Amino acid sequence: MKRNGIAFWIGAALFLAAALLMTKVVSNQYPFFAGYVILQFIALAVAWSILGGYAGYVNFGTSAFFGVGVYSSVFLVKAFGAPLPVQILTAAAIGALMGFALGLLTLRMQGIFFSIATIALTIIIETAVTNWRYVGGAAGIQIQRPPVSALFDNYVQMLFFVQAVLVVLAVAISRYIQNSWIGRGLQALKDDELAAECSGVPTLRLKLLACVISGALLCAVGAPSAMYLQFANPESAFNLNYSVSTLAMSLIGGTAHWSGPIIGAILLGTTQQLLTVTISSEVNVLVLGVMLVLFVVGAPEGIIGLIRRIFRNRNEGRES
Amino acid sequence: MSSETPAPLLRIASLTKRFGGFIALDNVSVEIPPGERFGLIGPNGSGKTTLINCISGAFRTEPGTVLFRDEDITALQPHLRTRRGIARSFQIPRPFRSMTVAENLMVALDFAAHEHVSVAKRRDTMMSILTQMGLASKANVSATQLSQVELRKMELARAMATHPKLLISDEAMAGLSSSEVDEVLDLLMSLASHDITIIMIEHIMQAVMRFSDRVMCLDAGRIIAIGTPSEVMANQRVQEAYLGT
Amino acid sequence: MDLLLDAVVIGVLLGCFYGAVSLGLSVSFGLLDVPHVAHPAFLVLASYFVYFLNEHYAIDPLVAGLLITPLFFAFGLVAYRIYYETFEKRGSDAGVRGIAFFFGVAFIIEVLIIMQFGVDQRSVTADYVGKALRLGDLRIPYRLLVAFGVAAVLTILLTLYLSRTFMGRAIRAVAQDQEALRLMGTNPIRIKQWAFGIATAVLGVAGALLIIVAPVEPTLDRAYIGRTFCVVVMAGLGSMSGTLVAAIILGVAESIVLTMFGASWAPAISFAMLLGVLAVRPQGLFGRRS
Repeated sequence: MKRNGIAFWIGAALFLAAALLMTKVVSNQYPFFAGYVILQFIALAVAWSILGGYAGYVNFGTSAFFGVGVYSSVFLVKAFGAPLPVQILTAAAIGALMGFALGLLTLRMQGIFFSIATIALTIIIETAVTNWRYVGGAAGIQIQRPPVSALFDNYVQMLFFVQAVLVVLAVAISRYIQNSWIGRGLQALKDDELAAECSGVPTLRLKLLACVISGALLCAVGAPSAMYLQFANPESAFNLNYSVSTLAMSLIGGTAHWSGPIIGAILLGTTQQLLTVTISSEVNVLVLGVMLVLFVVGAPEGIIGLIRRIFRNRNEGRES
Repeated sequence: MSSETPAPLLRIASLTKRFGGFIALDNVSVEIPPGERFGLIGPNGSGKTTLINCISGAFRTEPGTVLFRDEDITALQPHLRTRRGIARSFQIPRPFRSMTVAENLMVALDFAAHEHVSVAKRRDTMMSILTQMGLASKANVSATQLSQVELRKMELARAMATHPKLLISDEAMAGLSSSEVDEVLDLLMSLASHDITIIMIEHIMQAVMRFSDRVMCLDAGRIIAIGTPSEVMANQRVQEAYLGT
Repeated sequence: MDLLLDAVVIGVLLGCFYGAVSLGLSVSFGLLDVPHVAHPAFLVLASYFVYFLNEHYAIDPLVAGLLITPLFFAFGLVAYRIYYETFEKRGSDAGVRGIAFFFGVAFIIEVLIIMQFGVDQRSVTADYVGKALRLGDLRIPYRLLVAFGVAAVLTILLTLYLSRTFMGRAIRAVAQDQEALRLMGTNPIRIKQWAFGIATAVLGVAGALLIIVAPVEPTLDRAYIGRTFCVVVMAGLGSMSGTLVAAIILGVAESIVLTMFGASWAPAISFAMLLGVLAVRPQGLFGRRS
């Protein structure tokens, strides 16, 4: 346990150091553009899994949280010219509130009805933002990047590093939850809510907690996106593709362990980036659909599940 | 508090539960003293499981009150009732399917504990409960791989892991062979003590007769008889309810 | 006031159309509990088939819709088989993985349409598209009247089928109690597969209506996830006449909002109603199941 913890934090520090080093050494801008998107999806998938994986409440509203993150930044920049850290923290706070509201929904809905409700929530918020003139309405809005701080050569490199920090934050939280009493409680209520409650698990409080944490992270990850694209419009900020991609990455990687969503996001995110560059963005949606179907049908426990099964088989082979 | 009769552990007063127009429990009142082995019988749909759900908190009731150790718990959520010492098994077993038997028990030990105990201590408790239940060899087996009788025992073990003062067993013997019925019955007998009161719902009459200090029979949501096992069995309304005449 | 009357009349007609496109989901999700979020994607796919037949062979869209019905019936049979083998048979959390599965399918259909037909809007030509009936001040587009008529016929046929035929009654029975049917010596999976086939077959004609009422584009299915699920959930799962009533309520609500607040608010109506129904009365307005 303890030694694992040390290894994890050394790994995280190395990862951040490498990301920082990359901004100093690599001069080509493309790796940062592509890397940002992949990091963003890792963070989204990890954040999503806290509710969707551990608690088993499948949230199709990733786009809602992401979009709200984007637009809270847009609003803060336009109204106050707020700096990036303020944007991210505000987005996290709003996301936590949205998560709390979502958590209250779990009182009345489970399974597929919860999922459908989260889709509904997404479209409703998107429509509201579309009708909000101040942040550009349906046509969208251009955003000016402020001058970059001394530490970085340009803004995209800084965003790249910020997203790497968010990834570490999301993974650390997710890992902590999995290993703590929260994770065990969530696992129990995922298996059987009434049995969990009758074993002393405060299911409502845990669900609210998972929703708040997951929501805050999803929103925070969306916040830098406004600066990254220098443009925001409701159609792309609230695009259902974010929801389905995030869900697909988590399911493909496997939600039984905190590393699953990371594996899934790297795999699918990288593939999508390559396809977008080499072929077209349509094909990338096709691949998303095909991978989702293949994994849900063929490997319902994801890559983590496959690895565990191979491990178990090998161990049994050795024993006999 | 009178010294002659101990204060009841559980006191249910004029409990009524409706589902839409259907009255599942109709003005049920009963008191159960500590240490009693209490049998609950009645035909299918008579309200036995509904009563259990009202005691353990899965259903909200109004009107009516549930008092546990002189505390009104009518409005408490189920997990808070569990922490106060009410544990139950389910008619259709509800294991945590993604966990091993040991982990199933650890959930109860982690969350229902009254005071903080070290992980090592909790593991010891878990193993001693499993040993008592005859499940020690299955500790690291997935809950999905248990046989029917093992599942029943695991449910009781998980309930025991919450340190209950009141253990409610909801048809823990349904679908078992007669030797397995005896096995589970012996277990329940061994669990019962002055500190652990047991309510047993059962259809198997020999089991109820052997087990219970006192038996209550429900029919259509009402108490039709309550008393010693032989009294209740001799009651004409009970016989009618069971024979359906 | 005239404007409002106009909105209500158009809303009723529009509602009947929504009813027609939701009927299939009312069977597949309402009766069979399949979380079929790809239902609207199949609907849009049907529209493109109709567009193709209309464009290249000048077949009337409604006839084209009827022509593709057997094909969609077959799609339905295959889709249910896959769903059953991979999810229902394995048991646990079929709903959640099922919804992910059908989202995948919906995305695949979207992209296949884009690759074949491009992202542009497509529409059909027929005598009744583009003209309107004048009743005093009221101006009612023929395309809506056609949709209204066909929707009414579809609903009546499906209701009769489910209540009068042996297979129809078996479908209702399987929705209530799968075990009972098995005891009677009937294979419930066969019946569910058949029902899913019917539910998908209806989409042939519904797809024709979709493209008659308005031009279609490949990602139109996303808006219809809200509309169809709203209608089915509001109706109370599995009630055909309830489906029509719920659809009319949605149609009128959308039409009024459209007139009073403008088109940009329209997409949220169905989802807001859906959310409201789910939160307040999950069993639906006309629901029978708890």
